[in-house]
Amino acid sequence: MPETIKLSLRGGDFEAVVLKDGSGPPLLYLHGAVGQKGWAPFLSTLAEKFTVYSPYLPGYAQSTGLEKLDDVTDLTLYQFELLDALNVSKTHVVGHFLGGMIAAEMAALSPSYVDRLILAAPAGTWRDETPVADLLALTASELQAELWSSASSSMSLSTADFEANARLRAELAADRMTDLTAAGKFLWPIPDRGLKRRAYRIKAPTMILWGENDRIIPPIYTEDFTNLIPQAEVHIIPNAGHLLMIERSEVFAAAVADYLS
Amino acid sequence: MKLCFFHLMPYQDLPDSFEKDYHSVWVDAPNSLFNPQKAHHMYNDFLDELEYAETMGFDAICVNEHHNNAYGLMPSPNLMASSMIRATSKAAVVVLGNSLALYNPPIRVAEEMAMMDVMSGGRLIAGFPLGTAMDTIFGYGQVPATLREKYTEAHDLVMRAWKEREPFAFNGKYSQLRYVNIWPRPYQQPHPPIWVPGSGSLETWDWTIDNDYVYCYLSYSGYKVGKTILDGFWDQMENKGKEFNPYHAGFLQIVAVSETDEQAQEYKDSIEYFFKKSLHIPAGFGNPPGYRSVKTNASQSAASTMDSRTKQLSDFTWTDYLEAGNVIAGSPETVRQELTHAVKELRIGNLMLLLQFGDMPKELALKNTTLFANEVMPYMRDIWSEYDTRWWPDGVDNSIPVTEH
Repeated sequence: MPETIKLSLRGGDFEAVVLKDGSGPPLLYLHGAVGQKGWAPFLSTLAEKFTVYSPYLPGYAQSTGLEKLDDVTDLTLYQFELLDALNVSKTHVVGHFLGGMIAAEMAALSPSYVDRLILAAPAGTWRDETPVADLLALTASELQAELWSSASSSMSLSTADFEANARLRAELAADRMTDLTAAGKFLWPIPDRGLKRRAYRIKAPTMILWGENDRIIPPIYTEDFTNLIPQAEVHIIPNAGHLLMIERSEVFAAAVADYLS
Repeated sequence: MKLCFFHLMPYQDLPDSFEKDYHSVWVDAPNSLFNPQKAHHMYNDFLDELEYAETMGFDAICVNEHHNNAYGLMPSPNLMASSMIRATSKAAVVVLGNSLALYNPPIRVAEEMAMMDVMSGGRLIAGFPLGTAMDTIFGYGQVPATLREKYTEAHDLVMRAWKEREPFAFNGKYSQLRYVNIWPRPYQQPHPPIWVPGSGSLETWDWTIDNDYVYCYLSYSGYKVGKTILDGFWDQMENKGKEFNPYHAGFLQIVAVSETDEQAQEYKDSIEYFFKKSLHIPAGFGNPPGYRSVKTNASQSAASTMDSRTKQLSDFTWTDYLEAGNVIAGSPETVRQELTHAVKELRIGNLMLLLQFGDMPKELALKNTTLFANEVMPYMRDIWSEYDTRWWPDGVDNSIPVTEH
């Protein structure tokens, strides 16, 4: 079980809740806009080889201070403050969706903090012909359906994955409004917020992971990121939707661990 | 009391199976459905109807702002109001209003409203809605979490621009201006009366009361559901130690007057068009995450209005709308009784009447307006006569009764 670390940053403007487990080189995991946050089985697998830090972003769960962050740059600078408070000077960074966008911004704004970079279905670009799903217009049940690869995919899940999914669905229903209130600040109405002007500074070895059936950000968006980060490797995970690290927990954790080892 | 004629300017030519074939009347209804030649007649009919209401003695004529939709064809209510100002001379002109967060810089609102106030000789009532989620979040791309903050800042800027007599600098989060110095400034001093339309948000109640503005509840849930919202408002007034005055609040009611109760069925098709097509809004557009506070979403008022809207959209018929109070319809005597009852239950001094709705043809709209003005209005004038309103424009002469039928 991970330990819960509570940090007070910037004179109390932010109360940050971070889940930590494992040993080995540090790995910062930044969760996505909606659907998964906190701890999950794939993080337990990674904790066998790494010291995993999984913070709740401001505005999520008990982490506060969202109103002090006006834009993507503010949210990125906050991550460095968090790492400083954790005494981590350089770390692997794995980010999903909104967290992937922030992970890429970290590697661009301050490359020395980032060892290797893994972006799982990251936000941060826009394609007119294949828009990112409109998360604000989806009802809870519509969102639930869109997050997964397909309705039948749960039939092939392991027991552990199935239980994780069930927990996630309950959490999603309860937290959707607050989680998307926070995410809307950085992703709405168009998630193209300047990463393309800054990505040239990303020097970290980078892997891009995508679920082949992602209906929130279609896999065609991998092209945006390979254009922005030419050294990046791409790994498409079959039979996975937007929540690839939940749906294909073991495959996801193995791909991450292999790349970082 | 004040009787105000309200027009939404609905698009009247949606296909018969619109609500089955299209996702929504708002945000993503394709404008391939919009026929400019037909809409040319609609705009002119609607303006005729508003101007006719003045001649029939209504205290005010009202317009409002909506975007990306076939529900109401007024992205700019100021254009409609300025046209009405030239064609009228007695009625107050209520622009309800300009969604402050959508103007960049928001002094545009201060300028245009000042123009209308000066043009009309001080007949303007300035409305400041936050705006529906469809208009603000989806249509105009505003961020839900910061919409209200942006709106409040814009309000502070507009009010200062109206009041100050020397140029000033404004260093806001959303607007930064080196020289704020509006020409013209309002006719009314220090500024026109402010009305704020709301839909039961607790934040709007507090903000409206603290600023001493009129709170207007505009929904089509009818007075029975409206009572929940207005009781909440009046309770909050009492909690804050404010003196009761019915003119502190307004309410909109759909009304249909005919010669007899049976004859009122002539409005049935227009009502069904209105509730089934003009209000064809999917759940996802009404209340996106961040638009309302967690507190409001958890409150009783939000729950009751959402529930009511869902029912209306699904399978209400004419008699259901009447029974639920969505529509007050019937002979003059029936309407008098029910409307007087509603006004007293709601305790509101500003009644906005929606007498044209849906695809109602002009002749029927004029008939409804005439019957209401001649047969109902005189019986309602004296309600709340023991109170004075401090939210009415200076440029309208209150001492002369407008109706002498």
